[in-house]
Amino acid sequence: MTESMVGAAPPSEEAIELAWRRVQLARHPQRPRTTDLVALIFEGHFELHGDRAFGDDPAIVGGPALLEGRPVMVIGHQKGTDTESNIRRNFGSPHPEGFRKAQRLMRLADKLGMPIVTFLDTAGAFPGPAAEERGQAEAIASSIKLMTGLQVPVVVIVLGEGGSGGALAIGVGDVVLALENSVYSVISPEGASSILWRSRDEARTAAAAMRMTAQEQLELGVVDAVIDEPGEGAHTDHAATARAVRTAILTALGDLTGLDTAELLARRYARLRGLGAYTETGSPPSRPPEMPSLRHRIGRILRLPGVPRRPRWSEIWPSADDDDESERGA
Amino acid sequence: MPIKFPFSRRAAPSDAWTKCPSCEAQVFSRQLERNLRLCPSCGHHFRMSVGERIDMLLDPGSFEERDGGLEAVDRLGFHDDRPYPDRLEATRIKTGLRDAVVWGVGEIEGRRVAIGIFDFRFMGGSMGSVVGEKLARCFETALAERIPAIVVSASGGARMQEGTLSLMQLAKTTAPLVRLDQAGVPFFAVLTDPTTGGVLASFASVGDVVLAEPKALIGFAGARVASDTVGEELPEGFQTAEFLLDHGFVDAVVSRPELRATLGRLLRLLPVPAADDGSAFEPERPKGPIGALSGLAERLGGAVSDTIGIDVEPGGANGETARPVRVADRDDDR
Repeated sequence: MTESMVGAAPPSEEAIELAWRRVQLARHPQRPRTTDLVALIFEGHFELHGDRAFGDDPAIVGGPALLEGRPVMVIGHQKGTDTESNIRRNFGSPHPEGFRKAQRLMRLADKLGMPIVTFLDTAGAFPGPAAEERGQAEAIASSIKLMTGLQVPVVVIVLGEGGSGGALAIGVGDVVLALENSVYSVISPEGASSILWRSRDEARTAAAAMRMTAQEQLELGVVDAVIDEPGEGAHTDHAATARAVRTAILTALGDLTGLDTAELLARRYARLRGLGAYTETGSPPSRPPEMPSLRHRIGRILRLPGVPRRPRWSEIWPSADDDDESERGA
Repeated sequence: MPIKFPFSRRAAPSDAWTKCPSCEAQVFSRQLERNLRLCPSCGHHFRMSVGERIDMLLDPGSFEERDGGLEAVDRLGFHDDRPYPDRLEATRIKTGLRDAVVWGVGEIEGRRVAIGIFDFRFMGGSMGSVVGEKLARCFETALAERIPAIVVSASGGARMQEGTLSLMQLAKTTAPLVRLDQAGVPFFAVLTDPTTGGVLASFASVGDVVLAEPKALIGFAGARVASDTVGEELPEGFQTAEFLLDHGFVDAVVSRPELRATLGRLLRLLPVPAADDGSAFEPERPKGPIGALSGLAERLGGAVSDTIGIDVEPGGANGETARPVRVADRDDDR
């Protein structure tokens, strides 16, 4: 994981075209949504509602269903199919109660030993004031934490947009699969454009620079396998897409079902621990200079015993007066 | 690492004074350094470097840095207005740091802790692969040595230049916390200005105790994004430490001069329990009959009903037939 995918250079016009085409396919209005695929893949799905604390968030759906006669827990982001349903489902951007509902369903699956299948399709967690008041960050964090410790197999499918923390909140799994035209990113291309390029017009460039296509995510190890889409994309044939996804889920679950719980958890942990790109230089640890305090200097003159020298870490890592506010994270 | 002379002081006149963003007073920079970077007139908490944090929080001479040699790798070949490796190198030279977190083992009021500290000056304290790896190792060391973990955050969130590899650090830093839960090792999160985005949406929100510095900006999305999203005015004090305290997501807002003592107190109040021989996760079944608490009444020294904890005074003529047990009342009866 130490090699760059390419040298650091602005993305080519060709790369930008390709990346942006994928983003548009991932956002295609006729792309199958979670409930479309669930109806085609599983039998007897029964939707459960509510987080038992505040309300029900239609941007996340979930409940038990059967896959080849075996009960599984299915959870996914839910975008709408038209303006009205999109407004009701907040365009698939969950509030904290959506993530807390997901957590509740995951705990139920954990309790009953049911495998969990999740579908990611969100531009991101909703950033509004109400979401902040109810603890959007805490809801995401506790979902992630819960998923890392679930004692049942978890298969994640990136269906459309895998948008940042709102996607990862239901996206920590043993196997992560991505549809061919899905995308996965740390921030939306529009968000990256306005922060890093300080412009609203560089979303296409940002999409290419962030390597957000399924194939690139596979190369990074974030995704374990890519599921081919039929024809011009999943929107052209929901049934064929569902068949491909169903086969992929069955294969992944087949691999995972044989593992005992300890091994399952150890593998999931190792998978997460292995994600990242860094190098370990052999340089010695930093040592602060020892600042002779006035007390120390007087102590030395008077030959007093045991006046300690105080290391001053702020001498090697002081505050700069030019805090660069423009460097932002997501 | 750039060569720095240990005792050199900035002498440039432009550095001598700093304007307080809160009360607009001109503050003598040396005075800030000596006063925990607090504004002398209004108490505004200026941001601190990781070095200043170590000096203020840890017992003198106790801190040992770990994994200081970790460096980021540009896996994506990322280029915005400049290549990511160039930005990293410039930031390393500017700050003397290799990445946005320094972690190590040290002592607070004599108690050993594994502590990770963010420095906002390094690319906005953003969390990429190095930050994630260091914090995971910090938590794993806390687990292995059975010492409390502390992270002092100051971060804009995930580092966009590392794409989804940064996003995955949310899970990488949170996964070890499940093991700390199982092993009985506490984790204390200290949120300082600012703590937002992916850092707040991972380990920082799920501390066993979450402390925050006064008026620190703490939130999931940027305030501008939030107000753009709904197109309305944001509530007063939105996304401040005090706002999170009011909404139940922070345990206490602690001013900087109190922070070290507060952590010391929590380390005493919430100690790591002694390790059992690996059988710690098996729930203990009660040995005797379920009514093992019988005899409580005798021990409390009076006619106390065991089952409902209500003192029944038979024949209370004045109508006071029952009143709650107050143990203090009973002490004289022994």
